[in-house]
Amino acid sequence: MGKHVLLIEDEPNIIEAISFILSRDGWKVDTHSNGQTAVAAVHEKRPDLVILDVMLPGRSGFDILKTLRAEAATAELPVLMLTARGQTKDREMAEKMGASRFMTKPFSNAEVLDAVRALVAG
Amino acid sequence: MAVLNILVAVCLTYVAILFLVAFMADRAAMRGRAVWLRSPLVYTLSLSIYCTAWTFYGAVGNAARSGLEYVTIYIGPTLVMVGWWWGLRKLVRVGRAQRVTSIADLISSRYGKSPLLAVMVTLMAVLGTTPYIALQLQSVTLSFAAFAGTAEGARPADSQSTALWVAAGLAVFTVLFGTRNLDANERHNGVVMAIALEAVVKLFALLAVGVFVVWGLGGGLSETLARIDTSEIGRWQVAPGRWAGMIFLSAAAFLTLPRMFQVLVVENENEGHLRLASWMFPAYLMLISLFVLPIAVTGLERMPAGSNPDLFVLTVPLSEGQTGLAMLSFLGGFSSATSMVIVAAIALSTMVSNHIVVPIWLRLAHGGALVSGDVRNLVLLSRRFSIAGVLLLGYLYFRVSGGGAALAAIGLVSFLGVAQFLPAMLGGLFWRGATRSGAIAGLSVGFAVWTWSMLLPSFGAGGVLSAGILAEGPFAIGWLRPQALFGIDGLDPLVHAILWSMVLNTLAFVAVSLVSFPSPLERLQGAQFVDVFQHSGGRQSWTGGMAQSEDLLIMAQRIMGAGDAQRLFQREAQRQGLAGYLPEPSPDFLNVLERELSGSVGAATAHAMVGQIVGGASVTVEDLMAVADETAQMMEYSSQLEAKSAELARTARQLREANEKLTQLSVQKDGFLSQISHELRTPMTSIRSFSEILRDTAGLTEMEKGRYAGIIYGETVRLTRLLDDLLDLSVLENGQVRMNVSHGSLGDVIDHAVAAAGGAVGLQITRDREVEAILVETDLDRLAQVFINLIANAQKYCDAERPELRISVGRSGGMLNVDFTDNGSGIPRDAQEVIFEKFSRVSDREAGGAGLGLAICREIMTRLGGKVAYLPGQGGTAFRVSLPERAQLAAQ
Repeated sequence: MGKHVLLIEDEPNIIEAISFILSRDGWKVDTHSNGQTAVAAVHEKRPDLVILDVMLPGRSGFDILKTLRAEAATAELPVLMLTARGQTKDREMAEKMGASRFMTKPFSNAEVLDAVRALVAG
Repeated sequence: MAVLNILVAVCLTYVAILFLVAFMADRAAMRGRAVWLRSPLVYTLSLSIYCTAWTFYGAVGNAARSGLEYVTIYIGPTLVMVGWWWGLRKLVRVGRAQRVTSIADLISSRYGKSPLLAVMVTLMAVLGTTPYIALQLQSVTLSFAAFAGTAEGARPADSQSTALWVAAGLAVFTVLFGTRNLDANERHNGVVMAIALEAVVKLFALLAVGVFVVWGLGGGLSETLARIDTSEIGRWQVAPGRWAGMIFLSAAAFLTLPRMFQVLVVENENEGHLRLASWMFPAYLMLISLFVLPIAVTGLERMPAGSNPDLFVLTVPLSEGQTGLAMLSFLGGFSSATSMVIVAAIALSTMVSNHIVVPIWLRLAHGGALVSGDVRNLVLLSRRFSIAGVLLLGYLYFRVSGGGAALAAIGLVSFLGVAQFLPAMLGGLFWRGATRSGAIAGLSVGFAVWTWSMLLPSFGAGGVLSAGILAEGPFAIGWLRPQALFGIDGLDPLVHAILWSMVLNTLAFVAVSLVSFPSPLERLQGAQFVDVFQHSGGRQSWTGGMAQSEDLLIMAQRIMGAGDAQRLFQREAQRQGLAGYLPEPSPDFLNVLERELSGSVGAATAHAMVGQIVGGASVTVEDLMAVADETAQMMEYSSQLEAKSAELARTARQLREANEKLTQLSVQKDGFLSQISHELRTPMTSIRSFSEILRDTAGLTEMEKGRYAGIIYGETVRLTRLLDDLLDLSVLENGQVRMNVSHGSLGDVIDHAVAAAGGAVGLQITRDREVEAILVETDLDRLAQVFINLIANAQKYCDAERPELRISVGRSGGMLNVDFTDNGSGIPRDAQEVIFEKFSRVSDREAGGAGLGLAICREIMTRLGGKVAYLPGQGGTAFRVSLPERAQLAAQ
């Protein structure tokens, strides 16, 4: 295994929860909680997968996704988007921006694991 | 022969004196020393032309024939002067304001400057006045013959040459002094002065004869009175119908006789003169009628039967051998006759020349090409010929009629003829509804009835109308009998004629006026006549000179369009011999312009517009009302459209606003729901995740279990707090919360807040308890809630290494201020406004709040009548809580 995931999220408790779940499943989990430096972190960490929250301090998850998709190196990078605002508008926006998967909080742990596994395998 | 020669010499001398007086008066007037010439006394004396030879000789004759009836001729004018003074004043004011030159001009001007009316009135006036002039010639001739008869025996063949000579002499005098200059005011100083002199002479002569008769012949006052009593004519025989008719007739004639109008209105210099005349003229009439009865009685007693009573004034002194007195009496009669003829000739010639001769001449001679000097000469010339013509007519009438009818009868025929102007004149002065068509109808009907029932029968049966027609009507139609119209029989012929002519005239005038519609110019003139006291001086022809041609061009361009206006101006300028587009604003040009404009905007509007720019004539409220009338329909229609369009615009705006509001509300609602969702889902995520971990993960250490359970607990607390805050805010925003106002010390409230916020843990709090010792009256719990929030914020967000919070109390602007200032880095300027909004969080750092705290604080302070605001420039984050002073009570 040893797949590498970068979690970009600002809520400490959620970071801890997701890190716990993925680590137990054998993932290498890096975390980042600032929107402005998120893209740089992706380039630096070069993860196999990014879990990206929409509401981030400094810069919105959509903006970050847009930047990632615009760059060749990360254009194909699997991105799982998380949002606490459960509106269809957000889902549509995410799909338009090129999110690989979209997930609304609160989620079940199994769901997250399934999604992450599917994204990296695919 | 000697007496006759002396008489001729005296006459000529008298005439020479009249010429001299008139000449001097004209000279004085021209030099501007006319003040004494134009005194109210002269004005009053000039009114005495009402007393013609008919009065001078005829009153005595009338008294000898009909007793006291002659008095009615004096009562009429007296009633007008005394009782209708205000009406006269209005007539004079209108005449002056409109620069009226004659009664024909007045009536025509009132009814929209109608040339047809002017011609009608002129012709009627000539028709009505010619017999009267003949009458004067006859009186002079008769009186001359009376003298001649006493001296030499009758020489009837001479009477006609006498009349011719008198007529020619009068024509020369009138031409000389009546057409001396073409004054815009049509005033004749010389003539008026001469007439005033003649008025004095005739009064003096009649009084002298009277005194001679009473004291010289009658043996004193009481004896004369006694003889009058015993005489037939002294009986008080009043025929009410005839008396009323005569009084009405003389009153009407006083206003409508062309010569009376001339002296009363046209020659009037000053309205104020009417004041003196209103009592002095009746006094004059009273004096002149004073000795009528004694002379008549004495004449009847002393003169041989069959002698003409009309000449008693002259023949009584003659028969007594008082040649000097008789000569004076002759001069009096001569004065009465000549003054009337002169003024009548001036008045008639003005009408004939202005309304008939000049218009015809101008039309024949292509008036536009004439320069003003030509017109001036033309008018003077035509007036001179008119005077000669009028006198010639009078002379011819005298020759044809042969001087047969009694003097008084001709006078009354004449009176009723001109009295037909009365309805149109008075209606024009006092009734705005009177129209041109109404005036024409009334005048025509009245004049026709007058001609049929009075003028034609006056020539006697077998004169113009055969005896058969008089007795049975034309073609034996009974109800058309001239003196019994509509089968009403048994009336006095005079009363009959007065009644029918005036009633039918008035009815036709009123009825047609009501039915017909006045033109704009009529309405304008009507307003200026009827409301003359509201605005005097509304002249109708432009004086120019002050006008700005350029302004006129600008205005004309707006109305007619640039091209047409420029062409018009260029054409007019060329006509004036000027290059370019700007002609001189001459009256001609202004009239052309007004006419052109009226084609576009209507006459009244055009007049008002030109008037505004020219400034020569003031535009009055009435003018503007006429404009409004004219365009009322148009304006109403356009204002309806405007109102509708405004309404539509308003509705559209309202809809747009409502839509914007709804959109905004929808956006807000979306934003709010989105925020709530986020704030609720975030803790729920942690709770769910960790509870799944606790449930599904085997082999968790106790420490891990405890830690995760702690997280779940913390997040549920957070959720609860969020829900509490949301409910609190909702209640506050809806205004459903009740404030529990109580008294307490500000210091205590702060103490409570600090304790509730967890004390000064991790935060150094500085306070000044002495200043805090203030008693406040407010909801203390809510105030504490605000303080707690602010202290908690400082605890959470102060980013200083050693966080400090200073709580200070002060006053400013009637408010009690509590400032919370920490030593952190403060809030960026652009965020200072936002922090009080719901769910706004500035800090990046996790702080656990939902961003509702400050929003709640703001709501609370608003409810307490104060406010909470960010206080910039304090070196850290600073909030100021302000309470109104009334919430503060002195603690000490």
